Amino acid sequence: MRTPVRLLAAAVAAASLAFALPATAQQKIKIGFITTLSGPAGIIGKHMKDSVELALDHLGNRMGGVPVEVIFGDDQFKTDVGVQVAEEMLKKHQVDIMSGIIWSNVMMAVVPVVTSAGKIMVGTNAGASPLAGKACHEQYFSTSWNNDQTPEAMGKYMQEQGINDVYVLAPNYQAGKDMVAGFKRYFKGRIVEEIFTTPGQQDYQAEITQLRAKGPKAAFVFYPGGMGVQFVRQYFQAGLRERIPLYSVFTVDETTLPALKESAIGQWEAKFWSPDLKVPASEKYVAYFRKKFGYTPAFYGAQSYDGMMLIDSAVRANKGSLKDTKAVIAAMRKANYDSIRGPFKFNVNHHPIQDFYLLQAVKGGPDGAQMEIKRKVFEKHKDSYYQDCPMKW
Amino acid sequence: MTAVLVFEQLLNGLQFGVMLFLMAAGLTLVFGIMNLVNLAHGSLYMVGAYLTVAAVQWTGSYPLGVLLGLLGTLLVGMLVEVIALRTLYERDHLDQVLATFGLILFFNELIAIVWGRAALYTALPSYLQGHIEIIPGSIYPLYRAVVIGVGLLVGAVLWYVVVKTRLGMLIRAGASNRTMVAALGVNIRLLYTVVFGFGAALAGLAGLMAGPIYAVQPGMGELILIQVFVVIVIGGIGSIRGALVGALVVGIVDTLGRAFLKPLLGHFISPPAAEAAGPALASMLIYLLMALVLAVRPEGLFPAKSG
Repeated sequence: MRTPVRLLAAAVAAASLAFALPATAQQKIKIGFITTLSGPAGIIGKHMKDSVELALDHLGNRMGGVPVEVIFGDDQFKTDVGVQVAEEMLKKHQVDIMSGIIWSNVMMAVVPVVTSAGKIMVGTNAGASPLAGKACHEQYFSTSWNNDQTPEAMGKYMQEQGINDVYVLAPNYQAGKDMVAGFKRYFKGRIVEEIFTTPGQQDYQAEITQLRAKGPKAAFVFYPGGMGVQFVRQYFQAGLRERIPLYSVFTVDETTLPALKESAIGQWEAKFWSPDLKVPASEKYVAYFRKKFGYTPAFYGAQSYDGMMLIDSAVRANKGSLKDTKAVIAAMRKANYDSIRGPFKFNVNHHPIQDFYLLQAVKGGPDGAQMEIKRKVFEKHKDSYYQDCPMKW
Repeated sequence: MTAVLVFEQLLNGLQFGVMLFLMAAGLTLVFGIMNLVNLAHGSLYMVGAYLTVAAVQWTGSYPLGVLLGLLGTLLVGMLVEVIALRTLYERDHLDQVLATFGLILFFNELIAIVWGRAALYTALPSYLQGHIEIIPGSIYPLYRAVVIGVGLLVGAVLWYVVVKTRLGMLIRAGASNRTMVAALGVNIRLLYTVVFGFGAALAGLAGLMAGPIYAVQPGMGELILIQVFVVIVIGGIGSIRGALVGALVVGIVDTLGRAFLKPLLGHFISPPAAEAAGPALASMLIYLLMALVLAVRPEGLFPAKSG
């Protein structure tokens, strides 16, 4: 009778020992990456997906010595589909960590799903303000920015230049209103008129005619994606390019420059990153990206590449594992990796404290037009919501 | 100053209306004559824009590219009719909606596979760039003036073909009694294919003219399609005249609403309220107009039977 009891005791001891072992390397790191791969916005998803693949190339498909697998999901620009894809990744594919997501509304819906499953979300574009403020979360990190920061940079620059009589145009939805609010937080000059247009509108000739009639000194606009192509082209065709300088955010970038070419020349943009940024990690990323995919990456891609590198830093710090969420969060907070924006620190709300630049579209490059950094507008800029974030670390 | 501004905005409205007309003309013909609800009409608009961009690049000549783009869209339209739509004429409208919605997905993905998802670059030849002064103090982009001219010309030609030629007579006859026309020895199938092809070419023409102004990207057709349906409902289904009047009304109402509604509202209600209500109301205006027309004349302004 004694022997089986002993045997059993030994087995229990061995088993408990096995479970008590400190975090050992996993067999495989699985990352779920959600973006938009279909529809007109699929071009943004392409920049992001290609960048993730380039990051894996540069990491030799391993993080902390462990093989990595990235599962891509298409949210189709829809909140409900994004949630569905996230649930599938967490339950069916058993991913260790989630990343990606372009849209603020999709992000707001997906973050609770990911955090309640005990996993971490590394956002690589969406900059919803609640997630930087009241709704900030230990298990949510961003390698991009808060929505307001970019228009804040443009507002600050135009304020410093003493530009007055600005005509403001944006689509009539939440992001459009946020961009204008962010702009006005730093721009205190006269605004001639604020016009909100129907989202998805194609023809801006009526608005451009009104603008010309008012004779402003400058125009500030926010027209992402196809709306930007249309607005900028029509502004150029209306002959206003030389007469009224056009300042914008999220309107002209490497996803739309190939379609705009000469009509974009002279456009002012604000951004935290540009392909010509003189940072070693960024230069490496852009050079290899152009070589592998034959086009120039936009900031969407740079942020996604950065997200993979942030995850890699946490895996390395935890000896090849993402199982201990607390330890992974602690490692990520250090931001101990070569970021495409250069060295930076995370704010208490897990959003980067980073510089913002003024860019201008100039002649040159394979597309005939490219963005060039003209000056730094913000040094170590913090978003306007972190005081509302209750997180302490 | 204000008079010049109103004049310019009227021109803008006219130009937008003309684009809508080219789309609506093809759609209303197909709907009225073949009794087919074609949601994929926007796809043909997209195909026209893409084929023209490709052809201009390939030939290096703008007029030649336009011609090839138009012919290409005509062919694509006829192919679609023969392969996919022919079996749908006798079926329920719901089946037609489902099938043509499927075509939208098919064309959007096909275009994305061939040309990628990024918007394409479209250049104008130098002789179409620049501005003209129509009335003193008002400069207007030359290209948009050309769009207005082409659209009105096409409208006139279309009217002539449908009302004055033998082909037009057959088209009208086919619309009122298909079986009788077939019994008289007319190849009604071929006639339908030809009509659909020309409807497609009209959509292609709208698409290729939209190319340099709008973003040439997958799914570009769906953005304009809803407004085109509004035009047809207002104008009366199956009527070219209705399509022309409906398109011009929608184009002008939409443009003037966007330009002048907010300042106008500001006279009656407080400026912050006008700030909020103006843009919302301006984007609803054409739908309100449609509702009004439906309430007063459910058949539309010019029902097909009267012309």
